[in-house]
Amino acid sequence: MTFSVPGMSCAACIGTIERGLAKTPGVKAARVNLTQKRVALRSDLPSDDIIATFDALGYKAYPLDAGVLGQENDPIGRDLALRLGVAGFAMMNVMLLSVAVWSGAADATRDLFHLISAAIAVPVVGFSGQPFFRSAWSALRVQRLNMDVPISLAILLATSMSVYESLNGGQHAYFDAGLSLTFFLLIGRFLDHRTRASARSAARELAALEAQTAERIDGQGRTLTVPITALEIGDTVLIPTGVRVPVDGDLISQAGLMDRSFLTGESDPVAVSYGDVLNAGEVNLGAPIQLRATSVGEDTTLRRMARLVETAETARNRYTGLADRAAQIYAPAVHLLALLAFVAWIVISGDVRFALNVAIAVLIITCPCALGLAVPAVSTAAIGKLYELGFLVKSGTALERLAEVDSVVFDKTGTVTVPGVKGPVAQLSERDRGIARTLVQHSAHPVSRALGVALGETRPRPVTSILEVPGEGVHGRFGGDEVFLGNDGEGLVLRIGATVHRLEQQETLRPGAAEAVAGLAHMSLPAQLVTGDANHRALKVAKALGIEKIEARISPRHKHRLIEDLTTEGHRVAMVGDGLNDTAALAAAHASVAPSSAMDASRNAADVVLLRDGLGDVPRLFQMARATHRLSRQNFAIAAAYNAVAVPIALLGYATPLLAALAMSVSSITVLLNALRVRYAK
Amino acid sequence: MNVLAFLIPVSLILGAVGLAAFVWTIRSGQYGDPEGDAARILMDDIPPDEDRS
Repeated sequence: MTFSVPGMSCAACIGTIERGLAKTPGVKAARVNLTQKRVALRSDLPSDDIIATFDALGYKAYPLDAGVLGQENDPIGRDLALRLGVAGFAMMNVMLLSVAVWSGAADATRDLFHLISAAIAVPVVGFSGQPFFRSAWSALRVQRLNMDVPISLAILLATSMSVYESLNGGQHAYFDAGLSLTFFLLIGRFLDHRTRASARSAARELAALEAQTAERIDGQGRTLTVPITALEIGDTVLIPTGVRVPVDGDLISQAGLMDRSFLTGESDPVAVSYGDVLNAGEVNLGAPIQLRATSVGEDTTLRRMARLVETAETARNRYTGLADRAAQIYAPAVHLLALLAFVAWIVISGDVRFALNVAIAVLIITCPCALGLAVPAVSTAAIGKLYELGFLVKSGTALERLAEVDSVVFDKTGTVTVPGVKGPVAQLSERDRGIARTLVQHSAHPVSRALGVALGETRPRPVTSILEVPGEGVHGRFGGDEVFLGNDGEGLVLRIGATVHRLEQQETLRPGAAEAVAGLAHMSLPAQLVTGDANHRALKVAKALGIEKIEARISPRHKHRLIEDLTTEGHRVAMVGDGLNDTAALAAAHASVAPSSAMDASRNAADVVLLRDGLGDVPRLFQMARATHRLSRQNFAIAAAYNAVAVPIALLGYATPLLAALAMSVSSITVLLNALRVRYAK
Repeated sequence: MNVLAFLIPVSLILGAVGLAAFVWTIRSGQYGDPEGDAARILMDDIPPDEDRS
């Protein structure tokens, strides 16, 4: 079993948790991973008991679904690290031999050194270069050019030409250049992968938190807590009040009250009766109900919707990143240049071997290496920094797209506002508060939950014959009095006997929302508010936030349309939203952000997930995105500047392997160092 | 120059040893929890792990 323990942050926590768990009977082994903030343990105890043990130790633990978490150790990352290690080893050895050649080794010694270099370099290039060759080949097969095409060509040509030169006792061999090219580029590839893998595993962790257990009722009427993955078609499942429906099924209780907002976007509860179809993801707002499962696992509506979102996402993945756009200009230019040099030198000198040498020197020296590092190095540094600030960046091109955004659309309910209750809650007597507490506990309506928060720690009073009436509220009896909490037609009331307490429903702004809007305006990113809610409520929120443009009474489909309309007008829109009704809009926007309280599917659709509660840091996200964009461009400029100096030298035939090695290393290191500046970007 | 016949294999073997050590560290999962490992070394009373994956 694996648990996520976000609260552990220090060295001492390891000791406390591991020792505490070791003392618990039934726990066989426990192992803390401080980097991932997870605890893996072997135990026969049910997860509730283990969570209680964590509680006793002073940590909040959440069970992670092993199925969703999938394979832990990242095989692709290990594979890349291995190739990187091999390339590094070979590069160092060949470099040693090359130093001897550069400092004047001649004749037989030079030939011997070249041959030894060849013996090391050829198999290593074949092994370590594979990621580039594969990617280049798959691009060429669909008749496209990506960054890996010039890279593969440079590596392969440099190696094969050097082998030919070595066998014929030639003066110049570029084994070191070919290998350091492979090495530096593998670093870029590895960084790229690491960033994406850690974002993916964090996203998977969010998903794994969602999936929990279900209450299955067996033939004898006993209730068993089982993982959702263990449910089968035909199982009877009990859904307590306030719990999400785990699988699709038919209702076999008489009546129920469901929150279907994830499907429809309407927060009004829907009444259902015997035989009605319930979808996974709906929330039971009424009394506990039972259903018979009709589809489970990947077949449920929720999963199908998630897959739809994934499909919508691939459309956006066609967005060409800065690096690929650069490759589309760069690759043909370089190839043309090398070809021209080759032809020109044949005409001038008539020496095919020398002409080929020059052409290859041009290919190597144009330094696809710095170009291959330019973008991944910056985005890795930026994404790492953003993670520290509480942003989970899920897609590689998200930062580039965020940098291009020119306006931001906020969803209201659940994103900039959270439900709350105002009114004389604090002035209620101890007894009345206790009654309200009990009534609230019997309802999972969002308003009830908000009132529960407002009531705080209050001892519940015994209320009998409690009945929740959909669309009305909760009725009950306290002593001889009839009590009621709900909507009496004019607003939210708590009625005890003849006394009526008027409570006011109010949306509270999410912390930092106003600062976020102000900060964005400061960056000339105008904000817009969309909501399915009534106009006057939207206006109030917009005023509090300082947003001028609002679109109220918008249905989920129209949110999506609104984004598309803005896009056709030439705007690049970022969408910030949480509900499943926002999912289509999130996927349609140029870039999208979802709070971590959002539904699974919305988090899937969003490029960036906010891990913290407040919105105050959102402008920071856009700042970092712009800084990333600026530094990536700077890196391209640095690489281009090196080329501007080195290419004429290569074209004139003065390039030596030493010069190639120097140009490559220095430009790669400059680009890497420049990339690190993004962490300190303002 | 005869010393080369001796020194080149030595340098290659030393490099290969380093590479083998690197491969071993990857295989045995020593990059799985860098923060935790940094903290563990300071504590006497936590048993070293027996099952890394």
